[in-house]
Amino acid sequence: MAGEIGHFALILALMLALTQSVVPMIGASRNDPALMAAGRAAATLQALFVLAAFAALAFAFVRTDFSLEVVAQHTHSTQPLIYRFAGTWGNHEGSMLLWVLILSVFGAAIALFGDNLRTTFQARVLSIQGMIGTAFIVFLLFTSNPFARLSPAPIDGAELNPLLQDPGLVIHPPLLYLGYVGFSVAFAFAVAALIEGRVDAAWARWVRPWVLAAWTCLTAGIALGSFWAYYELGWGGWWFWDPVENASLMPWLMGTALLHSALVLERRGALVSWTILLGILTFSLSLIGTFLVRSGILTSVHSFAVDPRRGIFILAIIIGSTGAALALFAWRAPAMKSGALFSGVSREAGLTLNNLFLMAATAVVFLGTFYPVIMEAVSKDKISVGPPYYALTFVPIMTPLLVLVVFGPMLTWKRDALGDLVRRLRGPLIVTVIAFVAAVAIFGRTNVLAAAGMALAVWLVVGAGAVLARRWRIGGGFLRSVRTTPTSTYGLVLAHAGLGVLVAGISAMTAWQSSKIVLMHPGQTLTIGREEVTLRSIREATGPNYAALVAGFTFTRDGVSRPMTSERRFYPSSRSQTTEAGIEKRFLGNTYVAVGEPDKTGGIVVRLYDHPLVGWIWGGAVLMAMGGCASLADRRFRLGAAKAAAGIPGGRLVPA
Amino acid sequence: MTRALFAVPVALFAALIVFFAYGLTQDPSRIPSILIDRPLPAFDLPGLDATSPGFGTAAFGSPAARGEPKLLNVFASWCAACPQEHPMLTRISAEGVPLFGLDWKDQPEAAKTWLAQLGNPYARIGSDPGARTGIDLGVTGVPETFVVDGRGRVRYKQIGPITADDWEKTLKPMLVRLRNEA
Amino acid sequence: MRIVVALVALVLAVPAFAVLPSEQLADPALEARARAISAGIRCVVCQNQSIDDSDAPLAHDLRVIIRERLGAGASDAQAVQYLVARYGSYVLLKPPLEPATVALWFAPLAFVGLGAAGVVLYLRRRVGGATAPLSASDAAAADALLEDRI
Repeated sequence: MAGEIGHFALILALMLALTQSVVPMIGASRNDPALMAAGRAAATLQALFVLAAFAALAFAFVRTDFSLEVVAQHTHSTQPLIYRFAGTWGNHEGSMLLWVLILSVFGAAIALFGDNLRTTFQARVLSIQGMIGTAFIVFLLFTSNPFARLSPAPIDGAELNPLLQDPGLVIHPPLLYLGYVGFSVAFAFAVAALIEGRVDAAWARWVRPWVLAAWTCLTAGIALGSFWAYYELGWGGWWFWDPVENASLMPWLMGTALLHSALVLERRGALVSWTILLGILTFSLSLIGTFLVRSGILTSVHSFAVDPRRGIFILAIIIGSTGAALALFAWRAPAMKSGALFSGVSREAGLTLNNLFLMAATAVVFLGTFYPVIMEAVSKDKISVGPPYYALTFVPIMTPLLVLVVFGPMLTWKRDALGDLVRRLRGPLIVTVIAFVAAVAIFGRTNVLAAAGMALAVWLVVGAGAVLARRWRIGGGFLRSVRTTPTSTYGLVLAHAGLGVLVAGISAMTAWQSSKIVLMHPGQTLTIGREEVTLRSIREATGPNYAALVAGFTFTRDGVSRPMTSERRFYPSSRSQTTEAGIEKRFLGNTYVAVGEPDKTGGIVVRLYDHPLVGWIWGGAVLMAMGGCASLADRRFRLGAAKAAAGIPGGRLVPA
Repeated sequence: MTRALFAVPVALFAALIVFFAYGLTQDPSRIPSILIDRPLPAFDLPGLDATSPGFGTAAFGSPAARGEPKLLNVFASWCAACPQEHPMLTRISAEGVPLFGLDWKDQPEAAKTWLAQLGNPYARIGSDPGARTGIDLGVTGVPETFVVDGRGRVRYKQIGPITADDWEKTLKPMLVRLRNEA
Repeated sequence: MRIVVALVALVLAVPAFAVLPSEQLADPALEARARAISAGIRCVVCQNQSIDDSDAPLAHDLRVIIRERLGAGASDAQAVQYLVARYGSYVLLKPPLEPATVALWFAPLAFVGLGAAGVVLYLRRRVGGATAPLSASDAAAADALLEDRI
């Protein structure tokens, strides 16, 4: 029954999405308020119906309704409740439905909370959002129907991959999709602007909260994915440059560029075409990412089951959206002239460089990810691109950018002087040089790169603090200046400081992690880093749907001992094994233990790792996400920009 | 001139789509064999037991001593897809094509039992429990089949079970062509 | 009983567990070289893992082969070449520099270079140089606009 309701709801949602695509666009060109209101109503209703469809699917999963094919393939009666629920999106069809749900919810949000937008603009945005929704619902209904029936229904289903039976599955995909799909709003804004033929400061003000929201969710989603891989996969890696990971990094990099480019557009009316292009490209990268995961064009640990038919459909969607948007860009963007001039040393120039580096970095990741596909077409030789490539290309591009990050907020708009700039930053400069010298002295001259990494981290954190210090000093009383500092400044400081913390974590992990792989017997002790690890016992245990071999350890550091366990689990239903690592999390790093196979002498293979500052990688990302939230909370975003833009003569840019 | 610059993104995009479309027709997990058009690496494998002789590179002809084109099939008793392929191999062998079997990463006893159950289509069988010869051949899984021409050069590698389609459309015409080669 | 069955299955399970203690060489210098080389070789039957990290049986075989080659006195490059000769450049996680991959390796530099050139050109056209003083009538018009505060 749930399947039927869900299927029907989805079909109704398709009708509404079609309405949403057509009606408001006509309403905007005719300036007809009734049609535009109908568009808003369609958007809200569509979200409700997609929600109903999603709820029906989730219900089927929780109740293990095996008459639905996806449920039979991805859930088992012994699976814990939370993973039956999360299993709704642990498969291609269900996760695609989640995608469509978030897309429709964002559309409804534009309809309900977009009162500050010019009505015709809002209508056009809704129309484009509707078109994307229509395309994906058609994709769902015709190639990936989550409500496809299995007749006769099996007695029990195939278990969800044990690697996915983890709290990470409950949060990571929804967060990621909020990010990916959230950028569709910026895409719709960009295309609507191209259709209208005008982009102004108001547009940049309107788009920023949506980009910030998507960016914050994507930052958190990527960080969570990295953390999940770290503790779940059993060998302590946190980033593998896997094609699907890259598929999430590229929209993030482009989204960061978009965020900053919109800043320039809002303040100075410059970088118009560039910002529009970024708006189009960010969501396009999300779409290409979806294509990557679901078409089977590249192998990846993350791939869903492969079906080239789906690949063709998604490719068609990409051509229809990105292709059309870029063609529109080629046609209309040249007519959009930027207003303000600025000198070579100015915040605008700095942010232009920021755009450049971020786009170059994105291009490098894109090239590395898709080169095997491109090469296949032109050469018989097959190559693969792994982490060493990105270390040699991505890192050298990002490093100068990270240095520039501190200069950005310190530059004045329009025209600045290099000497003044350096003077403003003499505090952070001095601290950084001291930090570098100290790092080289402490860690030895063989580790200069690592020392440079730590110095870069100090530069970023102190530089972020300098923004606050400058503001707090210039204001009147200290407390007053703290209160009057806009929340978005705190957002900036948190985000840039978070970046520094992230860099510190990455540098430390790259330079100083160590591991030992030994066969251990109960009673044996090993030392890794400053931790003493003793194997105490090996015993059996059972869980709801698995049998496990549990190794008990004692970790001793600085005289303090604590217990730790690591398990090797066997899931009889899917006949697969996983390793659950034992991780001791400290502020300055982790000690990580993972067990392998037992041998016949009563011993067990043990992998021990020392991971210095690894928590700072995710901590830094969390700080960045918090910065995003802080910026979102800024009052200035809630105030209407529409009125201001409409009133000032010359507020509209005239085609050249 | 600047106007042309705005068209660069859509032009690059069009090129990208072409590559993606082509990529959809390929299988990313299939690694092409590096041995194609190269001589078979030297090896000499024992048989499954004392009574049955194994075979080596010598069985395949060389530039000096030309022989017939032959098939080298890599299999194992634990291989899930090999029983699917087996009837096809029996048919190929019945049509008079010389078929050699390489028992890969397998215990000879297990292979003998397996062949006793399913039938033995091979002219000769080589036992490679250590998988070294398999690695020399670039084998990544089972079943895989190499087409070796009369001069001992590898001309084609079939990854996965040989279906009737594969035989009729690809392998059989290839063998005919190789036999007629000068 | 189920636990016993499961544990028996665990013990007999075929997959190894990435680098095993039993594989490791006695000489720490050689072992370190072997680990470094393994980290750069792709496991061809896995989804995006190196043979150092992978549990697959083929990865185990390749790790053992690398150690044998090193033990027999091969250099790092020779050990890697041994695998490339059998499986092709696909096994290298760091793509080799050959005619087909020139674009891959030099494009990043080109991106930054072209981009920087573009930015410099863009900035040149945007530089606010010294502006000519307004004529009297323009100055009056500007004042009038500025006074007309909205």
